Amino acid sequence: MAMADVLERLGYQLDFPEKQTCCGQPAFNSGYRDEARAVARHFLDAFEGDAPIVIPSGSCASMVAHHFAELFAQEPETLARVHALEKRVWEFSAFLTEVARVEDVGARFEDIVTFHDGCHSLREMGIREGPRRLLSHVKGLELRELEPAEECCGFGGTFAVKFGELSGAMARSKVDAIVRTGAHTVVSLDPSCLMQIRGALSRQGSNIRTMHLAEVLASR
Amino acid sequence: MTTEMHRHIHETLGDARLQDAVLTATGRLKASRIAAVAPDVLPDYQELRTQAHALKKHAIENLDAYLEQFERNLEAHGGKAVYCKDAAEVADFILGLARERGARLIVKSKSMLTEEIDLNERLEKHGLESVETDLGEYILQLAHERPYHLVAPALHKTRYDVAEIFSARLGVPHEIVIEKQTATARAVLREKFLAADIGISGANFLVADSGAVVLVENEGNARLSTSAPKIHIAIAGIEKIIPRAQDLATFLKLLARSATGQWLSVYTSFLSGPRRAGEIDGPEEFYVVLVDNGRTRLLADPGRRQSLHCIRCGACLNTCPVYRRIGGYSFPWVYSGPIGSVLTPQFMGTAHAPGLPFASSLCGACAEVCPVKIDLPKLLLELRSDVKEADKSEGRGRWERLAFRLFAWLMRHPRLYEMAGKMAPMFAPSGKGGWIRSVPGLMNFPPIKAWTDERDLPPPPAKSFRETWRRR
Amino acid sequence: MSREAILQSVRSALGRAAGQAIPEAPPVRIRLPEIDVEARIASLMVRVEALAGEAVRVATPADARAWVAAAIEGKQAVASNAPFLAECGIPALPGVRCGLTVESELRALCATAGVGITSADYALADTGTLVMISSPREARLISLLPPAHIAVVPSSRILSGLDELFAKFPLPAEQTSSMVLITGPSRTADIEQILVRGVHGPGKIAVVVVG
Repeated sequence: MAMADVLERLGYQLDFPEKQTCCGQPAFNSGYRDEARAVARHFLDAFEGDAPIVIPSGSCASMVAHHFAELFAQEPETLARVHALEKRVWEFSAFLTEVARVEDVGARFEDIVTFHDGCHSLREMGIREGPRRLLSHVKGLELRELEPAEECCGFGGTFAVKFGELSGAMARSKVDAIVRTGAHTVVSLDPSCLMQIRGALSRQGSNIRTMHLAEVLASR
Repeated sequence: MTTEMHRHIHETLGDARLQDAVLTATGRLKASRIAAVAPDVLPDYQELRTQAHALKKHAIENLDAYLEQFERNLEAHGGKAVYCKDAAEVADFILGLARERGARLIVKSKSMLTEEIDLNERLEKHGLESVETDLGEYILQLAHERPYHLVAPALHKTRYDVAEIFSARLGVPHEIVIEKQTATARAVLREKFLAADIGISGANFLVADSGAVVLVENEGNARLSTSAPKIHIAIAGIEKIIPRAQDLATFLKLLARSATGQWLSVYTSFLSGPRRAGEIDGPEEFYVVLVDNGRTRLLADPGRRQSLHCIRCGACLNTCPVYRRIGGYSFPWVYSGPIGSVLTPQFMGTAHAPGLPFASSLCGACAEVCPVKIDLPKLLLELRSDVKEADKSEGRGRWERLAFRLFAWLMRHPRLYEMAGKMAPMFAPSGKGGWIRSVPGLMNFPPIKAWTDERDLPPPPAKSFRETWRRR
Repeated sequence: MSREAILQSVRSALGRAAGQAIPEAPPVRIRLPEIDVEARIASLMVRVEALAGEAVRVATPADARAWVAAAIEGKQAVASNAPFLAECGIPALPGVRCGLTVESELRALCATAGVGITSADYALADTGTLVMISSPREARLISLLPPAHIAVVPSSRILSGLDELFAKFPLPAEQTSSMVLITGPSRTADIEQILVRGVHGPGKIAVVVVG
């Protein structure tokens, strides 16, 4: 909802196609390509049209923009629809910086914040500077960088439950790095990362909160 | 197999000392690599990676012709190429040659391929002494263990371990000072180098236009193994071919930097054939054993053959958040880390370790650092699909498949999806408005338990997004 | 042994026929930076020292001889047959054995000598590397067996780096059975990642740049 607020404030008219459900990534990542294809086809149908599609998740945006083509490599007609769709898909922060061409959305969020680069947005979509520029214009916000930077939070979809102990260890390293920054809030582009990090923070009884970039940018 | 892997992972995660050793060592290698390829230090790093990828792709796509070219040039310089399809043939060749020459003692420099084919065991069974000369490999040989890491094989051993191993196996006094331990190894191995009948090496590169073998090392043991004995046998996978000596200007700039952060390793040897007329030292006989051992199978798939680009630098291991926590012994084969996860199912079959391609969060850090641009995450995703296809045709994993079928079905029915969302709060235990620590009873089935063992679960939202959206 | 079977296996995997030509390879990538001799010398010396080697510059061959004489004082040394070493007068120094052409003799001396003295065919400025080409003039073991290695190199042989080496010398195999690039003293960090020098190769290395 925060994403909707930010976009509407910038003057965009929003449509939420009710037919939409999921991009199919959980099935794809788990090796169930037939099932992923079925969900992906539904996505293609749900988002038929021309308008840009803004997605508040790096991993979902990446699934659509990069992996749909793999799924339909053997279906030329569907592949053509996929290529058309790819051009319309934007991760939320990239939409703001590349399409809306705005870096100051008039937000106010007084807090010490650290930013977690989700692996899909960072490595598959090359998003690194955009969110930081957006955060730099938020009034009252102090951004501190994580060290080590660019480390996976350990979610990885079903990895989090198939290799739970390992995923937990990675989450704890992330939490340690967050605590070291002294930040009170962790911001990210990806709800899955946020769930993993928040789950680990909560387990440790921490008061550090997690927020999606959109929520920070929607704050006044 | 997955259970065994989970057991190793569990043990490694629980061993604080080992965790620290692996994280620290790989952390150092990772940081050194980053410094060595930084834009102000190696400005054309990305271009070099692109070139290296293109060269490997080209070499592998024309491998038959390049092998023949390699062989011609090798023989023109007095060397001999020997093609072996598997471990047994390699051992047979070496044993045959050793018998003919009355050879007893072999010195060996580091070669992952020889680990792959268990060469030392095979030779020793027939009464040959084959001594590893790389310090880390030597320690492991004495301890009867396999390498822990591509480039730092004894990563998991402390000086105390080494003191025990040396005093037990070499009969020397217990010594924990590392310089002294190294001096002991140096003295023992020096005798071996100078007495050995045969020197066996691997090959970092096979240069087609020269019939040459390139060896990259820091200690000098590869140089000694291939200069002192009368016979040098280099054993290499057929995929090690590069087209031209001049291509080393690309590969050598990437290899050491990617492996350890050194700009060049201490010794890079370019060896082509036995000593020439007038040369004072060097081997009198020079063999290059070209090994298949399953590589031609990987060649057959145009999408998968990039797995053979690997130059064994270990950068992917040092950057992988999974390897850095679970270490080399959690992997079922001699190759560990991301490249190990990609090669093992392809060489050994997915049934050998069906969980292996899933032991990754797909963070993509490996692909970012691979000097030859192997798309490791893409290969892992494909291998996951392979595993599930195999499960399907062999009737395994029915519950999981059913769950994902249900998932796909639900996702195609938005109204049912919405209804399911509305129903979730009824089943979820109340976390008193906060996050959920644990889930009682029947709901606590494996995936849920796996999550809540390590972290809290989010409470289901009071109002769904759709409901809020509709009210605007 | 399995030559035909393997080559055939490769061909069918690739969909290629026996004798099929190789399409054009990606062009060789060689970049030659413009670096003058003084800058090369400076870079070489900085890099050698960064690797815990010793780097010295002297003006003349006679100066080189004087430096080496002091460095090997009281030690047994083996020198290669490189003409440049003779030009510097190094073979005549006390404690130096030179002119060896029989391997067994060479090996025995290298095994007990305290220092190996060689020239170098080239040096690489950007990485602090010595390029040693095996020949009647330069044996392999001299820069390998003794615990210390001194290389006496005329400054004219310093190349900018690997690219220039392979541009000048694209087919080393035509000339020699062994070309070795030596970058610093022998080292390992195999035990607890602690750096130890002089594992199998020389633990001390000195580069004397002449001119």
